[in-house]
Amino acid sequence: MKTFFTVLGASIAFFLTVAMVGLTDWDRPPLAVHQNGFRGTAMAQVHTREGVEETKAANLAPAPADPAEPGEELAGTTYENVQVLKNVSVNEFNRLMASMTEWVSPEQGCTYCHNTENMADDSLYQKKVARRMLQMTQHINSSWKDNHVGGAGVTCYTCHRGQPVPANIWFTQPGPNRPGGFIARNNGQNMAAPSVGLASLPYDTLTEYLADKNIDNNAIRVNATTALPTTKGKPIQDAEKTYGLMIHMSEGLGVNCTFCHNTRAISNWSQSTPQRTTAWHGIRMVRDINGNYLEPLLSTFPPNRLGALGDVPKVNCTTCHNGVSKPLNGAHVIDAYPELAKSTETASAADPKAPETTAPMQQPVPAPQ
Amino acid sequence: MAMLSFERKYRVRGGTLVGGDLFDFWVGPFYVGFFGVTTLFFSVLGTALIIYGAALGPTWNIWQINIAPPDLKYGLALAPLQEGGLWQIITFCAVGAFSSWALREVEICRKLGIGYHVPFAFSVAIFAYVTLVVIRPLLMGAWGHGFPYGILSHLDWVSNTGYQYLHFHYNPAHMLAVTFFFTTTLALSLHGSLILSSTNPGKGEVVKTPEHEDTFFRDTIGYSIGTLGIHRLGLFLALSAGFWSAVCIVISGPIWTRGWPEWWGWWLNLPVWR
Repeated sequence: MKTFFTVLGASIAFFLTVAMVGLTDWDRPPLAVHQNGFRGTAMAQVHTREGVEETKAANLAPAPADPAEPGEELAGTTYENVQVLKNVSVNEFNRLMASMTEWVSPEQGCTYCHNTENMADDSLYQKKVARRMLQMTQHINSSWKDNHVGGAGVTCYTCHRGQPVPANIWFTQPGPNRPGGFIARNNGQNMAAPSVGLASLPYDTLTEYLADKNIDNNAIRVNATTALPTTKGKPIQDAEKTYGLMIHMSEGLGVNCTFCHNTRAISNWSQSTPQRTTAWHGIRMVRDINGNYLEPLLSTFPPNRLGALGDVPKVNCTTCHNGVSKPLNGAHVIDAYPELAKSTETASAADPKAPETTAPMQQPVPAPQ
Repeated sequence: MAMLSFERKYRVRGGTLVGGDLFDFWVGPFYVGFFGVTTLFFSVLGTALIIYGAALGPTWNIWQINIAPPDLKYGLALAPLQEGGLWQIITFCAVGAFSSWALREVEICRKLGIGYHVPFAFSVAIFAYVTLVVIRPLLMGAWGHGFPYGILSHLDWVSNTGYQYLHFHYNPAHMLAVTFFFTTTLALSLHGSLILSSTNPGKGEVVKTPEHEDTFFRDTIGYSIGTLGIHRLGLFLALSAGFWSAVCIVISGPIWTRGWPEWWGWWLNLPVWR
């Protein structure tokens, strides 16, 4: 009996070791490292050279369409039912429509959104969604230009990558389908969820922090701001949620924690890298997109496009970034499509000389030290 | 320093690895030997360079003195003295001093005709250090991956290096190392308290023998590893702690660049339930 259990135990250990070593997708040198802090602080991004090449190749921006012939005719007056691109010339309008087909529905073609019998018809939900997405793109490229997307801007391709539904969208996680039993409650954690990099951290941290546009600005901050506790402070569960969100951001951008933080003092802005400010605004941008552009589409989407809990598909950092810190390797995709850089619904907004009317932006407020 | 009356008979000639009789002498209580001289040379030079580095730096605050490795851009080349070159020479001195010390222990073992357990154990500690500042930087392609020499700065390095892999507690070798470190202290505390308990009996009682010690553990947990066995176990636990520490850092970067939680995907991918 003893021999039997010894052999059994040894075999299990052997096969698990083989599985562990054999099933793991190990990396190997040569590495491509990028230092982003003072020497010796270990603030560095570590990738394999092979991985960097692969990621680069997977995130190439498509070549822009040939420039449109100049023309005076406006799409809003020539075509019926043009609501967003009214003040774009007809040639530019058609060029953009062709590009959008390439970006979003290259296989399905124009009919993915349009009834070809009557292009002005709004009967397909895809067309209504696309219209809102155009407004969203213009909003991102104008209101979030200074604080997040910069000169690179975004087009439909930034997220869609030639697919009608972007690969990296998310829904609220319903949790395990387990109303009772031995472990009836899991406190929303321990599911090795991909959204938290397979950690045991809370798996629905995205709903917590990225779905609510009116969330408290300090919701993510869990570090104490005084040396000794003065109040009860936040529970450790909040710290785990924040950790989960941070892992999502790292995985989405293909960077590690030291891209933004000097982890000796994670919450301290003066010791953080400039990228942290961009990321801070990025979090607000994602909430803005989810709350103001995607949530309102709830009644537009058919049920099969909604999540398990009937929620709209939402965006997170990965939706645009797709594993690189600058989407599409930092290509300035907006340069070739100026009509996507600002609102084109009114004539004045189409005038490039008109001052941009952006709402005053929030700035990260350093916690009292 | 006074010498015990019976100590002189252990001071025998020979057993040296290098230098023959040249350095085969004692200074006070200390055996010198060729490696005693090299230990002294490297440690004095290294320490002097650390003080020089501190003098070049902005502070004499003992906590904040920091001698950092070069920028990653220097790769495996030599860096200018004030931009990490000092760190490189100090590292060379440290490896030289530690290795010399281990070899001096070997010579003493040979003189005494005892096993090499002590130098072997020390070599594991040296191996862990060399892994951190030589082997891993070589594998990753830059000396800048070594840790900085400073009381607080090296802790900051540890923190950031852990966060380079998102959550270091998921590193399997780190798990083993931590477990061995804790088990080492558990074993030492059990052993130490047991010895003290039998050598400190109640007033008027005689000091107890190992049979009492063995019986204590047989009564409590059904097994006593024994007087020699506990030292074998202690050595094994302590060396395993150091060994797996070295493993956990050398795999972070060279063969795993992503978050450590992700590594556990192999478990989710077991063909049984994939």
